[in-house]
Amino acid sequence: MSRDSLDGRQMKGAAIILKALEEQGVEVVFGYPGGAVLPIYDEIFKQNKIRHILVRHEQGAVHAAEGYARSTGKVGVVLVTSGPGATNAVTGLTDALMDSIPVVCLTGQVPTHLIGNDAFQEADTVGITRPCTKHNYLVKDPNNLAKVIHEAFHVARSGRPGPVVVDLPKDVVMADGTYSTAPRGVYREKHKTYRPAFKPDPASIEAAVDLMVKAERPLLYTGGGVINAGPEASKTLTELVNETGFPITSTLMGLGSYAASGPNWLGMVGMHGTYEANLAMHDCDVMINIGARFDDRVTGNLEHFSPGSKKIHVDVDQSSINKSVIVDVPVIGDAGEALKAILKAWKARKERPKPKALKAWWAEIKRWKAVDCLNYTQAGKVIKPQYAIERLFELTKHKKTFISTEVGQHQMWAAQFYRFDQPNRWLTSGGLGTMGYGLPAAIGAQLGNPDGLVIDIAGEASILMNIQELSTAVQYRLPVKVFIINNQYMGMVRQWQELLHGGRYSESYSDSLPDFVKLAEAYGLAGLRVTDPAKVDDTIKEMMAIDGPVIVDVAVDQKENCFPMIPSGAAHNQMILGPEDEPEKAISGAGLALV
Amino acid sequence: MSSNLYEGSVPVSVLKDTVVYRHTIAVLVDNEAGVLARVVGLFSGRGYNIESLTVSEVDPEAQLSRINLVTSGTRQIVEQIKAQLGRLVPVHTVKDLTDEGPSVGRDLALVKVSGVGEDRVEALRIGDIFRCNVVDSAPDSFVFEVVGSSEKVDAFIALMKPLGLIEVSRTGVAAIARGAAGLVANTVAPSAKVKKVAKKPSPKRKSAVKKAPTSSKRKR
Repeated sequence: MSRDSLDGRQMKGAAIILKALEEQGVEVVFGYPGGAVLPIYDEIFKQNKIRHILVRHEQGAVHAAEGYARSTGKVGVVLVTSGPGATNAVTGLTDALMDSIPVVCLTGQVPTHLIGNDAFQEADTVGITRPCTKHNYLVKDPNNLAKVIHEAFHVARSGRPGPVVVDLPKDVVMADGTYSTAPRGVYREKHKTYRPAFKPDPASIEAAVDLMVKAERPLLYTGGGVINAGPEASKTLTELVNETGFPITSTLMGLGSYAASGPNWLGMVGMHGTYEANLAMHDCDVMINIGARFDDRVTGNLEHFSPGSKKIHVDVDQSSINKSVIVDVPVIGDAGEALKAILKAWKARKERPKPKALKAWWAEIKRWKAVDCLNYTQAGKVIKPQYAIERLFELTKHKKTFISTEVGQHQMWAAQFYRFDQPNRWLTSGGLGTMGYGLPAAIGAQLGNPDGLVIDIAGEASILMNIQELSTAVQYRLPVKVFIINNQYMGMVRQWQELLHGGRYSESYSDSLPDFVKLAEAYGLAGLRVTDPAKVDDTIKEMMAIDGPVIVDVAVDQKENCFPMIPSGAAHNQMILGPEDEPEKAISGAGLALV
Repeated sequence: MSSNLYEGSVPVSVLKDTVVYRHTIAVLVDNEAGVLARVVGLFSGRGYNIESLTVSEVDPEAQLSRINLVTSGTRQIVEQIKAQLGRLVPVHTVKDLTDEGPSVGRDLALVKVSGVGEDRVEALRIGDIFRCNVVDSAPDSFVFEVVGSSEKVDAFIALMKPLGLIEVSRTGVAAIARGAAGLVANTVAPSAKVKKVAKKPSPKRKSAVKKAPTSSKRKR
């Protein structure tokens, strides 16, 4: 059916929804049925263009959509029922908001005449999700359905991406309405109020390059905004790094936008970032922040954050500018557009930073690098978690590998030891820190990349938070690998208790753990266990050889801590490199109160 | 620092000012369900202060409402508030009336005063001075309608206190910029170029002042 013949056609609300999704290019919907969305599920049954993936919990649906979105660059779509369906989705929505992941979540709602009546499975979804979405809608007229869904996709994917909820009362979905096609051309210029930034002000670019050409100790600090701007932005970034010769670090969310194998890469910045990246942040004289938001995990103590630098901040969201760190040159616009403009302006200039100064800066960075802050020793009969992840990297790096994680020590080790050379390969819950993110995200990534090797690097505590999604993986024959770094502790909690609370391990021991191999078998997938360092390689190879989902239970050193670490309340140049650093002395009373 | 700035950005020295100022901000929004909740939720969720808030439809044809809000904060916080308001989807325009040229603001209060004899006469006399309308009169009470700046309304209420003040009902500030230029829909206001910093009442710039120093207006 052509676009024009579709516009203005009468159809059932549910059919309008499916048509609108189709027009938006949706291929996969993650969802879970229920009373309020039955008419939509009936419509799904009648078509075969959009594939529905049945998750086992609505939180899993949103994380799967996030994994799909992050790994493909498309909008992730979720369909859940009213009441508990919607409230279960809230954690996922908040996660997507914090990490700027484009998600459209359709929620069922009780019929309009029952709204406000405490009806069965009624919740004030629009009220509950208002603070945890970029925007949300309650559709009360079937004639508005198509328009609202088109708009929801536009809001979710443009500007700073984020989750959008469309609440759909059952009577609206069942009634007849008129379909309308999506506006043509550049939608961003057509909406009556919502006009996200895109192209940066040329004057701001010139001001930024003014600082860059005079820099003596420059540093590029990039974030998830570069990933969100698309793979082209990562290429431009790499060109800018090559052109300028500047060192580059990135936040957790930005890993992969510049290759970790690249010569100018300093490693991740922040609380568990590398020594060289953090000291470069502290000592640089011009900081070029592209698509990062000066998160507290990155800045540490704001009073001592990079005290001597002039700061350039590129962000598509004006409210990120000057929020926590006051910057000298704000550049409001898409990271990719800004990078292109900066590169062009840089090339047009004759002036360059003094080679002598740059050389001295690099020499200093090399001295910091020589500290080898990620150093660990694999000795004896116990597997070091770092070793397991490093081997996983070495054995999978030549494949099209996607890594998702849960939250905790294993996540930080994965960020440190799995080295990403491409964007969109790294899926992790950075802002919200949601345990249980990794498995459903891996499922979403696998659906978006059927030819990819998708591995969830998990902890034994986190994985249990959405373990039910193993069923989803089995049902759709998704060969995701769950690589559990099992230290029988909520490791990051245990680490903080050791460093900050006198080693009183209150409730952080993972007691009564399931046998993960048997658990895998119970769900109908393969289970492997490794306890001997000598067998790590063989186990990883065996995992890769299995054509289907696998759980690998890696028994690791229970007492290993994640270093280096900037203790809360400390500055970048007060890193703890390892246990020998007597960390308890470095942590101030004020730092104890911080998260 | 300002040498690095380009036109339109707020100078670092201004943003680092720790003095708290009161700002009146006008927000033009689509008149749709939940829009006020979005604005109010933004303030409560991010811990911003609302001293006064008025909202009403101003253009029924275009379905536009105007929200006038009075808030206080350091310059950095106020810039943040404006940026946060600006990114709400149903928001057309955000204008800082305190910052962007001169403006007028009016607050209306209905003030009930009960008393007999000399107090009653005195209340009426003061009401006259403040150009109040008496909108209800009973043998032992008056309801005054007082209109003016918030400070004027504050002053009137303070004077009524010893004369038998019973009850106050206030609208909050409705404000508008002076001159011919209007608040137009469909424009996203960029961070305004700072021509001059909001009235600086005291020279102590380093000390963090907790409360807006412009007046001792009570919080509502």
